[in-house]
Amino acid sequence: MILGRITGSVVSTIHHPVVGGRKLLVAERLDASGHPTGGYVIAIDAIGAGFGETVLILDEGNGARQILDDSEAPVRSVVVAIVDAVDLDKG
Amino acid sequence: MLLGRVIGTVVPAALVDELSATPLLWVQPLDRDGKPDGDPLVCADGTRMAGRGQVIYWVASREAALTLDPWFVPVDDAIVGLVDEVRLYAPEDTS
Repeated sequence: MILGRITGSVVSTIHHPVVGGRKLLVAERLDASGHPTGGYVIAIDAIGAGFGETVLILDEGNGARQILDDSEAPVRSVVVAIVDAVDLDKG
Repeated sequence: MLLGRVIGTVVPAALVDELSATPLLWVQPLDRDGKPDGDPLVCADGTRMAGRGQVIYWVASREAALTLDPWFVPVDDAIVGLVDEVRLYAPEDTS
């Protein structure tokens, strides 16, 4: 899983059926200390994450299909948790 | 999934049978601000509705083949949906 911060959403009328009724979020990738790495990912929202929140994004297909309960879903990025805090050993 | 813009079509002279009815499109990957980011690639169009200039989101690797029916096909980049709008919130919206 990767750390990300929600920075926006994607509106899509024409899409694969698995996207129907689900929210597509734009998340910037973060490093362990919470700084943007420059990358981003479009992920399906599984928990109701909102703008500005730091989240955990599952970035792997089989787990994503399990969460979406669809064995043929063409999805690999799913927002699976909202992060309260990251404790990092400074040592 | 990542954003991209359709910049052209690919017309194969010969193609595996499973892909014979699938559009193949040139896609320029975009960053989240809509600027080109990286080299163009060829995507199978799972929606069959993308045209030149269309902003789309696409997926790579095994998930790409799953956009198609049948899905056991030799494809590693595919369009999942068409983008109407990307809503990026301004940093001052941060609470």
